[in-house]
Amino acid sequence: MAKTESTLKNMVLTLLVITGVAGASLGFMFELTKGPIEAAKKAKQQAAITEVVPGFNNNPADEVYELKSKEGFDLKFFPAKKDGKLIGIAIESMTTKGFSGKIKVMVGLKPDGTIINYQILEHKETPGLGTKMADWFKTDKGNQSVLGKHPKNNNLTVSKDGGEVDAITAATISSRAFLDAVRVAFETYNENKDNQPVADNTSVEEGGSL
Amino acid sequence: MNQWNNFSKGFFKENAVFTLLLGMCPTLGVTSSAFDGLGMGLATTFVLVMANLVIALIKNLIPDKVRIPAFIVVIATFVTIVEMTMQAYLPDLFESLGLFIPLIVVNCLVLGRAEAFASKNNIGSSIIDGLGMGLGFAMALTILGALREILGSGKVFGTMIFPEDYGMLVFVLAPGAFIALGYLIAFINHVKKEA
Repeated sequence: MAKTESTLKNMVLTLLVITGVAGASLGFMFELTKGPIEAAKKAKQQAAITEVVPGFNNNPADEVYELKSKEGFDLKFFPAKKDGKLIGIAIESMTTKGFSGKIKVMVGLKPDGTIINYQILEHKETPGLGTKMADWFKTDKGNQSVLGKHPKNNNLTVSKDGGEVDAITAATISSRAFLDAVRVAFETYNENKDNQPVADNTSVEEGGSL
Repeated sequence: MNQWNNFSKGFFKENAVFTLLLGMCPTLGVTSSAFDGLGMGLATTFVLVMANLVIALIKNLIPDKVRIPAFIVVIATFVTIVEMTMQAYLPDLFESLGLFIPLIVVNCLVLGRAEAFASKNNIGSSIIDGLGMGLGFAMALTILGALREILGSGKVFGTMIFPEDYGMLVFVLAPGAFIALGYLIAFINHVKKEA
């Protein structure tokens, strides 16, 4: 087969055909992977909710609602209920104060605001330093852990800033950012507690109108 | 023998990382652990093989003057396919490789093989060349990743070798990548001289 000559017509045609074929095959692949990508994201979200507020038997993802934080972030609230009673709430919180940008954290709170657990969903922190936040604040060692603490009764800032939490060694900025995400979650939850029937404490006690 | 040579040259004699010093961006960027290095290497291998295959197939149809844009489009297509597939079926790996997957497009190794080999050789040789070069690249990234993981956090493929507290953090960070790669290349050059 002879080599196609570099005439204008040939060049335009070749590029047109190649980009056309490339576009078509990418469109096809997109359709093919759209479902699994969506499913993988859902599974991840579900796993995170189960991790941070265990023991529910409703489907929190079905009852999700969104609230705006003071900082203007849209936070997702996943109410976790057992037999219709609110046992906790998973809040997809975020902060932009990370060492390299946005950090998304799923924070699990009891209806009274006590932290049950958390999971890091998204971050771009330094590997080996900031990435340690995935386990650091869960580890019961010194004053690392934030589990079981209440953002109102405990000063959840790093000890360098006068708080009670030990920052990750050599990653104070990431630690501050993480605690900021927790604070955003709690404050948004707390402020909206009264006008959110779903998150209302008293009606939960009565097992009332959820 | 010739085909074997096409395949094996990617591992040692013309290893992309250790000898040709091609594709340095992913090499230094994603090798903070052995698993990430391996994942990146295999993703690149897939792109290399497919791009080499397609380019060897259509090399005579492409006018010389537009061959580079044509090659890039072919490569970018396969990279995007890898990206979407990985996002769908290996979300965890996708997350840790993140930005570096789209950057395979501009990995000079891929374009280099397309230009230097696939556009001049037949389909069979091109596939073998892509496979050899890609696996050699994957091997190099895995070795570098494992080395940095051991020195930096005391683990290999996530398995603890010694407690993390004794690790030298610098090896997990970017400067450690340069240091580790430098010593690896020095070592390999030494071995080559002896041989």
